[in-house]
Amino acid sequence: MNNEYILSLIQQDKRVDERKFDEYRKIIIETNVSKNAEGSARCKIGDTEVIVGVKMNVGEPYPDSPDEGTIIVTAELSPIASPLFELGPPGSQATELARIVDRGIRESKAIDFKKLCVKEGEKIWMVFIDIYPLNDDGNLIDASVLATLTALKHAKFPKIENDKVLFGECSDKKLPLNKTPVTFTFGKIGDKILLDLNSKEESVIDSRLSVSVFEGNIHAMQKGGDKAISPEDVEKMVDIAIKKEKELRSMIK
Amino acid sequence: MASYDKRFSGRKFDDMREIEAKVGIIKRADGSALFKIGDTIAIAAVYGPRELHPRFLQNPETGILRCNYDMTSFSVPERKRPGPNRRGVEISLVTEKALLPVMELKQFANSVVDVFIEIVQANAGTRCAGISAAALALAHAGIPMKDLVAAISVGKVGGKVLIDLDKEEEDVEDATDIPIAMTGRKNEITLLQLDGNLTKKELVEAMKLAKQGCEKINKIQQKALKDAYKSEVE
Amino acid sequence: MTKLLVKEHEIVVPGQELAEGMDFLPSIGTYRDQDNIVSSKLGIISVNKNIIKVIPLTGRYIPKIDDVVIGRVVEIGFYGWSVDIGSAYPATLSIRDTTEFIDKGENLTKYYDYGDTIAAGVVRVARYNSIDITTKGPGLRKLIGGKVIEVTPSKVPRLIGKQGSMISMIKDASGCNILVGQNGRVWIKGTSLEKENLVTNTIMKIEQESHIDGLTDKIKNLLEKENKNGKL
Repeated sequence: MNNEYILSLIQQDKRVDERKFDEYRKIIIETNVSKNAEGSARCKIGDTEVIVGVKMNVGEPYPDSPDEGTIIVTAELSPIASPLFELGPPGSQATELARIVDRGIRESKAIDFKKLCVKEGEKIWMVFIDIYPLNDDGNLIDASVLATLTALKHAKFPKIENDKVLFGECSDKKLPLNKTPVTFTFGKIGDKILLDLNSKEESVIDSRLSVSVFEGNIHAMQKGGDKAISPEDVEKMVDIAIKKEKELRSMIK
Repeated sequence: MASYDKRFSGRKFDDMREIEAKVGIIKRADGSALFKIGDTIAIAAVYGPRELHPRFLQNPETGILRCNYDMTSFSVPERKRPGPNRRGVEISLVTEKALLPVMELKQFANSVVDVFIEIVQANAGTRCAGISAAALALAHAGIPMKDLVAAISVGKVGGKVLIDLDKEEEDVEDATDIPIAMTGRKNEITLLQLDGNLTKKELVEAMKLAKQGCEKINKIQQKALKDAYKSEVE
Repeated sequence: MTKLLVKEHEIVVPGQELAEGMDFLPSIGTYRDQDNIVSSKLGIISVNKNIIKVIPLTGRYIPKIDDVVIGRVVEIGFYGWSVDIGSAYPATLSIRDTTEFIDKGENLTKYYDYGDTIAAGVVRVARYNSIDITTKGPGLRKLIGGKVIEVTPSKVPRLIGKQGSMISMIKDASGCNILVGQNGRVWIKGTSLEKENLVTNTIMKIEQESHIDGLTDKIKNLLEKENKNGKL
């Protein structure tokens, strides 16, 4: 409820659930939660819960990259997860979420797209990553990234026979994921910087910055929110992300 | 197919797959439930009674029930594009009709009780699992109901009348699939659909099987609701 | 033949038969179907002489006349305010129902602004979407500072306790200002975050274990322990 209450606490360097500003809620990740997917995972951060499924199919490559496969990331913000979500085609929040997850993987080259080639110029693998939040209590972005990376890490190619995919039958070949770049989503409230905001905290932020890192390198960023941030703010956030990277990455089994 | 003497899964003809039911799995919702039967997993969340928009949908005499059935893209072997499709729209409608007869919404004028069903893993019987999950979620949300509703598929495969078809059986040529929903106390039918070819005798046999199955499911639903609060007593 | 089929404090579900025969009377959470009384809610049995009630364990707030509720101003019109009290539709507070004397045409935000928390009384429930509230009455007013938490409305009687015994115990132990609304919203204002959190945690515990016997003693011991630990 009370926004003023949350704000007054934060000015005193306190959070309602008594976490530190750079502390995540309890993270639980499960693998293989949906059998018909080639890879799947569920990630819980506190009460926020996201389920991700990886499905693969073959298709034609883009003309300018005849030997490369693709990833297609979609997020469905079903009203199941929050009274604030409505039925309908993906709006800006769903689209932004999908694109942030996409960039984290694409820009870090976590998947070598050339390894997704079946027959150059003719057939490549398309990797569909579909994100379904089941309960929104804030920080859908980080939960979605963790679930996505876990699902990809355990994903296996479906069997192929005569260039046709045998849906429902998995091969032993694992999807080539060579990096797990995690995302840290920061919220700025007044002049305070917090990590892993729950939904009540999210409703009072001035600005938001998501940072995707792998081994000290920054691969993607996305700023959200209505107010501006300073370069110093950005540096502070990046420092925290790089410092905590290993710890967060270790949650991915 | 010649004759179906033994089911692919080895089950008896009147055996349902293993069932798991739990409530309270989605914290933000007013009520929620998980219903798993074999490899089919349905999650339901209830929000309401709450304000109904657009206004022209409001009914000054009663609250309304609104159901939405959706399958995740990865719930099936061949990816389903996210978002609604015609099958989902139809199932949303019959789900609503399956639950409405037991709902008591007269005191919630101009409001809506929203039920959202998500199938996260599919192996036949999804609309029935969705209805069983939805009934649980509605009770969990404290919406007044005359009774619970349980749903199961019965049918005929290879000439044999049986209960709870799995995907393999559904795909058999000339299989008949009959999703049925029944109220717990009086065994009245609130959902009945049929795809296939059945004699009246076979239909009667199938409905008997459905009654037995729904009674078992009703007991499991009752336990799931009571267990959620019993554990706090211990 | 008249027969009670359930025990006091038993947890029952919709469709469960509670009694046979015409001697019993159905009250809240139940309905009569010919000779039987049946539950329409997930809740706990309460039998008083021959009246059977099912006290719901879950469910949103359903407004009743004379309830004291805690709400939040969501809209301001010419003649009053729309206040969210946790039922499906906001309640209406009109300027003639305020404790302050307000002239027509005055700037209403002076009195209650968007987002303000108020303690109000329910004066009229015409239909589910037409609820009138008032701030005329003892203790009814704008609530300044503090925080508001939510519990299931059906747990409120347990939280308050017999003649306020439970809630008084918590107030005394924590020194906090606490106001419990029938709509499940609780306003807590203390002199420190620790005290407010102690009250919050205690209330959450009561919500979870509301139907267990001996809860009052359990809470009493808990509060005494916190006192000893010097947390207060």
